[in-house]
Amino acid sequence: MANRINREQVQHVAGLAKLEFTDAQLDAFTPQLDDIIGLFETLSEVDTEGVEATSSVSDQLNVMREDVADNWGQSQALLKNAPDAARGFIKVPAIIDESEDN
Amino acid sequence: MNYFKTDLASLHADLVAKKISSKELTQATFDNIKATDPKVDAFLNLNEEAALKQAAEIDAQGISADQPLAGIPVALKDNIVTKGMKTTAASKMLADFTPVYDATVTEKLAQAQMITVGKTNMDEFAMGGSTENSAFKTTKNAWDQTKVPGGSSGGSATAVASGQVPAALGSDTGGSIRQPASFNGIVGIKPTYGRVSRWGLIAFGSSLDQIGPLTHGVKDNASVLSAISGHDDHDLTSSTQAVPDFAAELNEATSVKGMRIGLPKEFLAEGVSDDVKAAILAAADTYRKLGATVDEVSLPHNKYGVAAYYIIASSEASSNLQRFDGIRYGYRAQDVQNLEDVYVKSRSEGFGDEVKRRIMLGTFSLSAGFYDAYFLKAAKVRTVIMNDFKAVLKDHDFIMGPVAPTPAFGIGAEIKDPLTMYMNDVLTIPVNLAGLPGLSLPAGFSNNLPVGMQLIGRPFDESTLYKAGYAFEQNTDFHLQVPTLGGQN
Amino acid sequence: MNFETTIGLEVHVELKTHSKIFSPSPVEFGVDPNANTNVIDWGYPGVLPTTNKGVVADGIIAALALHADVEQHTHFDRKNYFYPDNPKAYQITQADKPIAHDGWVEVDVDGVKKKIGIEEMHIEEDAGKNTHERDYSYVDLNRQGTPLIEIVSKPDIASPAEAYAYLEALRQRIQFTGISDVKMEEGSMRVDVNISVRPVGQKKFGTKTELKNLNSFNYVQRGLEYEEKRQQQVLMSGGSVRQETRRFDEKTGETILMRVKEGSDDYRYFPEPDLPALNISDDWIKELGDAMPEMPTKRRERYVNDLGLTDYDAMVITQTKEMSDFFDATVALKADSKMAANYLQGDVNAYLNDNHVDLQATKLTPANLAGMINLVSDGTISSKMAKKVFKAITNGEEPKAYVEAHGLVQLSDPAKLQPIIDDVLQANPQSIEDFNNGKKRAVGFLVGQIMKQTHGQANPQVVNKLLMTALKH
Repeated sequence: MANRINREQVQHVAGLAKLEFTDAQLDAFTPQLDDIIGLFETLSEVDTEGVEATSSVSDQLNVMREDVADNWGQSQALLKNAPDAARGFIKVPAIIDESEDN
Repeated sequence: MNYFKTDLASLHADLVAKKISSKELTQATFDNIKATDPKVDAFLNLNEEAALKQAAEIDAQGISADQPLAGIPVALKDNIVTKGMKTTAASKMLADFTPVYDATVTEKLAQAQMITVGKTNMDEFAMGGSTENSAFKTTKNAWDQTKVPGGSSGGSATAVASGQVPAALGSDTGGSIRQPASFNGIVGIKPTYGRVSRWGLIAFGSSLDQIGPLTHGVKDNASVLSAISGHDDHDLTSSTQAVPDFAAELNEATSVKGMRIGLPKEFLAEGVSDDVKAAILAAADTYRKLGATVDEVSLPHNKYGVAAYYIIASSEASSNLQRFDGIRYGYRAQDVQNLEDVYVKSRSEGFGDEVKRRIMLGTFSLSAGFYDAYFLKAAKVRTVIMNDFKAVLKDHDFIMGPVAPTPAFGIGAEIKDPLTMYMNDVLTIPVNLAGLPGLSLPAGFSNNLPVGMQLIGRPFDESTLYKAGYAFEQNTDFHLQVPTLGGQN
Repeated sequence: MNFETTIGLEVHVELKTHSKIFSPSPVEFGVDPNANTNVIDWGYPGVLPTTNKGVVADGIIAALALHADVEQHTHFDRKNYFYPDNPKAYQITQADKPIAHDGWVEVDVDGVKKKIGIEEMHIEEDAGKNTHERDYSYVDLNRQGTPLIEIVSKPDIASPAEAYAYLEALRQRIQFTGISDVKMEEGSMRVDVNISVRPVGQKKFGTKTELKNLNSFNYVQRGLEYEEKRQQQVLMSGGSVRQETRRFDEKTGETILMRVKEGSDDYRYFPEPDLPALNISDDWIKELGDAMPEMPTKRRERYVNDLGLTDYDAMVITQTKEMSDFFDATVALKADSKMAANYLQGDVNAYLNDNHVDLQATKLTPANLAGMINLVSDGTISSKMAKKVFKAITNGEEPKAYVEAHGLVQLSDPAKLQPIIDDVLQANPQSIEDFNNGKKRAVGFLVGQIMKQTHGQANPQVVNKLLMTALKH
C-alpha cells in the first residue's frame, strides 16, 4: 500500500468532521481513502502554472439583496422540528468548552 | 395506467378535452405505482391524499390550453424539499424530517399545476451512481431488476422508465440525472449551472449541483425544463438569462443540418465498452446523414475530471453536510452523555458509509497542509478542463459522446469498490465542472439494456441540445422501446 | 533588561442594518428567543444565503473611515467549525480577499501623535447565543446572521495606552459614519487582544498570549498592563511565555490562565460557492464616500482653529457624532461657541448621564439650546436663571416663551434699576460708610439687598456698575 494516508491521519480527519469509526471500519476505510487520494495525486501531472482557480461557474456577479427586513414567521415551525426545545430555545447538552467567544 | 405510450402534449390535450380528469389520471397513477413499485422500488414516499385533493381542485377550476402541464403527475427526487411532505435525501439523518418550506422548483411545478405524486429514491444525499447508497432501499433498473438503475437519481429514472410517471425531477452533481437516464433508456438533462434555482435542493456540491427533468421524450423534457427554469432571488447563483419555451422550438422542421458536432476521442477511449462505442459511432453516422458534420476533437484533460471532481464535490459536501449535527433538526443520537456525543454519535449513526467517505475525502482535501495540493489544485484543473470545452465549443455547436462507459451493471457488483464506481462518472463529471448543459437520450441497446448518448452544449444553449436530440429521436426508434416490467405492460 | 511590547487587536463591530447579512430576518434585539429567525438562520437543508447590499456598503464606508484600500474584487469564504450557535457549522466570512486592507488611524497618547496601521477588515456573520444552565445549554439564533465587520490591527501598537487610544479612535470614526452604535457594553463592539513582549533589539516577536473577558476599553488597558508586566517578569526570571488564553478578572485586575493553546485550529477555509463574487465599482465607492459625514479629527481641527475651542473641549464634543452635530447646529444658530461647548459638556452631559439616555433620545434641540445661550449672551437672563431654563428645554420647551411665561426676564434697564438702588442706599447709610472706610464686603450686602428688591431679576453686572458709580459720588 502506498500509504498516502495512515490510520492516525484518518482518525484526525474524522475528528475534524465529527465522525467516529470502529477499528473494523478504519481497517476498511483507510486503504479505500488511500486509493482515492492516489487518484487525486494524478492532478500533479497537470501544469497549472499561472492558471486561476475556478470556484464558481455561475454567470452572476455582484448580485445582492436590498437591505429590507422581512420576518418569514417560521420560528414556531422550526422549533417544532428541533429534537429538543424549551421556552423557545433549542436545547442541547451543556456546552462545557470555556473557549467560547461570546 | 402507465405512461409508456403517451406524452405530455397528448395528456394535456386529453385533459383539456375532458377525456380524462386530473383526478382520474392521478388516481390511476397511484394505482399503477402501487402495482409496479414493489418490483422496482422507485418511490420512498407517496403524496396520495394531497395529490388527489390538488387534482380535484384543478379539475374544478378547469384546465385551459395555456397550462400545458396542469393536472399532470410528476415525481420529485427526495433531495428536493417539499413543505409538509417528508424529505429524507434517502438518509437515516432525515428519516423523519418534514421541511417547513418549498424548494423553488417545487413552487414552480405547483404554479404550473403539476401534481407531485411522491418522492423518489436516490443515493443518500445524492452520493453514488447506483442508488444502492439509499438508507432505505435499492431501486431496480426498469429493464432488468437485477441491474442498478444508475444514480443518484435512480428512483426518478426508474419511475419514468417503468411508466409510473410521465416526468420526474432529479439532481445532477456529476452525472446523477444523465447516467440513470441512460441506464433506463429515457431522456434527462443537466441544465447549465444557474439555469434552475438550487433553493430547496439539499446541497451536495454547491458549485456543481443542478436540478433537471427526466422524461420519456425530448419534447417532454423541454416542456418541464422551461417550467422550472429562471432566475430566483433566493439563489444568487441562478442566472438572469431569459428562459426560452424550449418545447415550442421543436417541430417537424427541427434539423441539425449544417451543425458542427465535436466527438472527443477521449470519450471513446479505454474503458468504454464496445457496444457503447458502436452506439455512439452509429449515432454520429445518423447525424451525418441528417446533414451535420461530426469532427473528431480532443478534450485533453478529460481524464483528470474524476480526480478534480471528487476533491471539489467532496470538499463542498463535507462543509454542506456539517449542518447535520443533531442540534436543530433531523436525527439526534439517543445515548448521549454530552454535546460532543450529540455531534459525533448523531453523525456517525445518521450517515451511511459512502457519505462518510465523501465527508472524509473533502475534510482531508481542505485541511491544513493539504489545501493547496488538493482543493486549490483541483480548482485550477477545473479551469483547465473548462478551457478545453471552450476551445471545442468555439467552433462546434455541441459535443457528442456516451453518457457512461457501460450499460447498467448488476446490483452489488461495484458497491464494494468505491474507486471503480467513481471512474464510471468519467464522461459526465467534466460537464458539471464546466457548468455546461448535458442532455442524455437513448441511442441503442447492449444485451437488452439501454445505452445512452450525451450531448454537451454551450452555456445556456439547451435549445441546441434539445433540437439535436429531437432530430435524433425523430430519426431513430430507441425511445419507443419500453421495458417489460415482469410482463406487466 | 529593557522590553518592547507588541499588541494586536481584533475588533468586531456589529452593523446597524435592517436585515441580516445573508437572510432577510430583522436585526433587532430584545425579542423572544428565535423570534427573528427563518430557515436560512437555522441552516436548513436546501437554503442558500443572499448577500445584503447594505452590509457591503457599510464595509466600504468603514474602509473609507479608516483610510483603508477597498478590495474591489472580493468574495466570501466559509470557515468550518462545529458549535451549537453556529447552525451551518460554517461561518460565512472573508479570509482570502477581505473587503479592505491597509488602513490606519491616528492616535494621540500624552501629546505624541502616532499612526496605527490596520492590516485588513472583513465582513462576516455573527453567531447565535448560547446560555448555560446546569446540564443543558439553550440556543437562541436571533443574533445568528447579524452583520459584523472585523478590523485587524497591524503589530504597531506598542503600549496598553496606545491600545486604548486606538480603540477610542476606531470607535469614534465608526460611530461618526453611523454604521454601528459601537458600544462595548451592549456588545456592538467586541475586542480580542493579544500581546507579546521581547527584549529590545530582538528581531523575532515574543510568544503571544490572548486575553478574554475585556468588557470595556478600561479593562483592555488594565488587562494589557497586567499582562505586559507578567510576561516581562516571566522573561526576567529566565522563563518563557506560553501560548495561552487568559481571562481578565475585573475584581483583582489580574489575568488568569484559561487554557494553553496547542497548534492552531483547522477551519478549512474555502471560497463560498453559494455567493457570486463582488466587483465593487469606483462609482459606488465614490458615491458612498461623498455621502460620508465629516470625521471627528477634521471637526476637532475646525473647532480649535476656527471656533477657538480648547483641544480638550473639542475632544469632548466629538465623542459622538450626535454631540458634534448638535454643537455645529447650535453654533450655526449664532450661539456663542464656547458657551455651547460648555453647556454640552456640562449640563447636557450631566443630564444624559443622570438619565442614561443618548442625546438623540432626548427632547433637547439645537434651536432651544442656542435660544437659551443667546438669552444669556444678550443679558435677558442670568446664567443662574439659565439653570431653570435648561431644565425646561430638556422637556422640549421653547426658552424665550418659557422665560416670558415665568417672568424670568432680567432687569437690565438702568432707568428702572437706578431708583431701586437709590432706595437701597438711602435705607443703608451704615453700608455706605463701611464702603468709604474700605470695607469691600459692604458692596456684596448692598447687591444682595437690590436683588432682594427685584426678586433676583436684576442684572448683576448692571447693578454692580450703577452701584459703584453711586457709591463713588
